[in-house]
Amino acid sequence: MTTTESKPTSVGISTATGTGSRGTRIVGIGTIIAMGWLVAFGLGFSPEDRDQGEAVRLLYVHVPTIWVAYLAFIVTAVASATYLLSKKKSLGWDRLAGASAELGTAFVAVTLVIGALWGRLTWGVFWQWDARLTTTALLFVTYVGYLAVRGLEGSHRQRARRSAVVGLLAVLLLPLVHFSVVLWRSLHQTATINDGDADVKMDGLMLFSLFVGVVAFTLFYVWYVMHRTRVMAMDDILDDRGLDVALAARRAEADEGRIAGSFSDAAAAGEGEI
Amino acid sequence: MEDAGFILGGYALTFAAVVLMAWRVMRTGRRLAKRVPDADKYWL
Repeated sequence: MTTTESKPTSVGISTATGTGSRGTRIVGIGTIIAMGWLVAFGLGFSPEDRDQGEAVRLLYVHVPTIWVAYLAFIVTAVASATYLLSKKKSLGWDRLAGASAELGTAFVAVTLVIGALWGRLTWGVFWQWDARLTTTALLFVTYVGYLAVRGLEGSHRQRARRSAVVGLLAVLLLPLVHFSVVLWRSLHQTATINDGDADVKMDGLMLFSLFVGVVAFTLFYVWYVMHRTRVMAMDDILDDRGLDVALAARRAEADEGRIAGSFSDAAAAGEGEI
Repeated sequence: MEDAGFILGGYALTFAAVVLMAWRVMRTGRRLAKRVPDADKYWL
């Protein structure tokens, strides 16, 4: 993994105006096209559901966002484990973990909001202390905590170590959230796509619309993580530079003090001679 | 379309969140890129 480690930065020319590259532009254009398709299929072409009517259209946003959030949290855990276990301790893994968790947390929030709207349409209430809803809210709060830990004071290495441990613990909630509808009696429906008998019980166009949603949000995830890790790398570089400048200033102050001290010693010795 | 407000509102909120995150990361990237030399930008 390519990283910018905590090396002292030389003064150089900055001509590039952002974090974009050919890769991010390709993924970005793909994301915009996929989002357009999602609107077309989700709000237009897909049929209404026999039981839920038009409310089913929220499925194409609600389900992909939580699936991508799961993916993001798994990537966070894998990157955290790689950071802790690798000999090189590359901060690139830490940045990947942080960027991935940021997007995952935002997508869990979107899932909760869309779920509340959908709940109002189908259950008649925005919120129920149901197992799936409660565990998802707990997942959200846990990853907000993870992001707070990333913001604590300390060196980059301290931040990486602390947040890697939290990232590895937080991911343990995923099975609880996913299987909550099986473990407890839940108002929330069980899995539609894969409920164990390998038989997908969805209309073809509905399934395709869901697939478009998954592609669109996954592409956005990739685009966001690419940009965010680059922003984090630049933040770290500027932090290091600030620290270097502060240390140099402190050393200069100490040197001045030492010189002034030696002068006053010499002056005192001179007075004694007189 | 029945319940159009909830459905359109749900899509609007989702896309607003996506656009906000994209805008924020690009704006921060542009701001920081001016202060970091090109030699330290591994993506160039």
